[in-house]
Amino acid sequence: MSGVSVHVAGVGVWSPALADFAALRAALRGEATTPPAGRPPAAVLPAGERRRAPESVLLAAEVAGQAVAMSGFDAATLACVFASSHGDQAITDYMCATLATVPAELSPTRFHNSVHNAPAGYWTIATGCHAPSNAVCAQRASFGAGLLEAAALAVADGRAVLLVCADIAGSGPLAEVTGCTAPFASALVLTPEAAGSTLGRLDLHLCPGSIAGASAAAAVPPAWLEASPSAAALPLLALLAQGTGRCRLMAAASLGMDVHWEERA
Amino acid sequence: MPEPIVPLAVSAFTASSALGHGLAAHSAALEQARSGLRANDFSSAPLACWIGRVDGVEQAALPPAFARWECRNNRLAWLGLNQDGFLDAVAAARTRYGKARIALLLGTSTASIGATEEAYRRLDPDGGLPDDMLRPPIHAPHSLAGFVAEALALEGPCLTVSTACSSSAKVFASAERLIRLGLADAAVVGGVDTLCDSVLFGFNALELVSRTPCRPFDRARDGISIGEAAGFALLERIDAAPAAPRLLGYGEASDAHHMSTPHPQGLGAELALRDALARAALEPAQVDYINLHGTASQKNDEVEAALIARVFPPSTRASSTKGFTGHTLGAAGIVEAAIALLALEHDLVPGNLGGTDPDPACGPQFAWRNEARPVRVALSNSFGFGGNNACLAFARGEAGA
Repeated sequence: MSGVSVHVAGVGVWSPALADFAALRAALRGEATTPPAGRPPAAVLPAGERRRAPESVLLAAEVAGQAVAMSGFDAATLACVFASSHGDQAITDYMCATLATVPAELSPTRFHNSVHNAPAGYWTIATGCHAPSNAVCAQRASFGAGLLEAAALAVADGRAVLLVCADIAGSGPLAEVTGCTAPFASALVLTPEAAGSTLGRLDLHLCPGSIAGASAAAAVPPAWLEASPSAAALPLLALLAQGTGRCRLMAAASLGMDVHWEERA
Repeated sequence: MPEPIVPLAVSAFTASSALGHGLAAHSAALEQARSGLRANDFSSAPLACWIGRVDGVEQAALPPAFARWECRNNRLAWLGLNQDGFLDAVAAARTRYGKARIALLLGTSTASIGATEEAYRRLDPDGGLPDDMLRPPIHAPHSLAGFVAEALALEGPCLTVSTACSSSAKVFASAERLIRLGLADAAVVGGVDTLCDSVLFGFNALELVSRTPCRPFDRARDGISIGEAAGFALLERIDAAPAAPRLLGYGEASDAHHMSTPHPQGLGAELALRDALARAALEPAQVDYINLHGTASQKNDEVEAALIARVFPPSTRASSTKGFTGHTLGAAGIVEAAIALLALEHDLVPGNLGGTDPDPACGPQFAWRNEARPVRVALSNSFGFGGNNACLAFARGEAGA
């Protein structure tokens, strides 16, 4: 059986309904939660960068900051994997609309912010991180594929890895084909061995040819799952919030991945 | 520093760029010092610059079974897959290992955004995408890998790496980790990027595009020439192909400096280089050839020339081949890996085409013209926006195996 195990040292979550992982825990217990006000605060970014950064960067930096703070690790030491199914759709919409009408007026700043690794770039600059950084996607399987990439890096190189999976809402004509109706982001800090801040262990097993049964977490509102490809993390996030159990994620379009979560005793 | 890795066999590889379709066209152009650049005849509005355009993409329609993936980027991917017996090599690997045991890891910076641009140029009267463009998978950055997974009938781990111009170098690192951990037995790696308005007008807006064919490491260099390309490689454990060239190591690191300007001392680039040498268990003096990132932008070339001058002895030869292909962005890693592998195969150090008046920062390592000499170990540098750096190390296979 083909698999890999990692430990989880920190978790971050942000959506229009959830300000952080504590809010997800509360929501899953059926408690009322206060939705976050406005944009993701992304306090890790310096104020100037926070003003300049596009929404995709704020969203990714917010959950990354939450997960790293919970883990107690120094962000500068963490390798990072930033997954997103669609990148910054607002910038893609702006670029395509501008190129169709006045291409010579394209904004240089929006262009360099359009790269899929913009969140990784802003994050490594803000945290002084010289470790390897990656930016990945896999259509609707971006979270599972990103988790596999991050776990493999953690175990192969014996180092802690920050995984972020984030998508903002679609904009303009593009929204019709991306189907993203609301932002969603989550982050995990993964380590090869148990550390002081370890919450528990994730065992990942690839299940060839089997994406059927990719589990919807029973307690999560279906509307949350449908709003964003990055919400594919919710079944796992619900496990982390509720205790030991199993779920199945997509690691690729035709490759399932069973996830077993063992909460630290 | 990381531990040395067990090298992998590069049991098949191919490249298609402005130099032509497949490896023979690349070898011939390199030997003749013939550039593939031409005056821009691509963008939807005029733009005075030179480009590395691949001939024949317009005629290379996808087979009807893949019609929903139609777009320039996937056409170039399909054209590239059909060179150098690559499809047969993957088919043999599929038989040997099974379709779920071969990972597919592809790099791209813009994937098929050219199709999204086209859809926006001819929106419906109601402001929506035209009916023929209502194909969600081609409007996502995973379009390339989604198409290639279907075209190669692979069902293992499948991931797009999109770290701008280091994308298709970093896929080698991801593949090695998956194989080392037993999550895959082999991997198809590579990358494709095609010309599109986004990159032509985007780099133009950043004032990084030259009006003339690019001149890497020349004192008078004034910007890049954008190109397009497709390249692929099949990685397996060495026992499957002992005579094949080898991936000895790789390094990855971040500048933590600026979104579109390299670290002034090349800190991330040097970390990636030293990481690659450590994984490959190499000393700098053992490196015979380095294919440089060498974009012909002011900053990149200044920083990279200084890095080579301070790390390597004069016996290590170095050149940029962007003067041949243009800067193929997310495909640069794989195209230049292929050129490094050709250097090993033919004992040819390609000259730094386009540079005639060397920048004073360039050391004695630079090969300004072709050099016929033994090449046993070759590196390839790839650096991207966001300060994303990668370096690959390759070597010849087992002699007489």
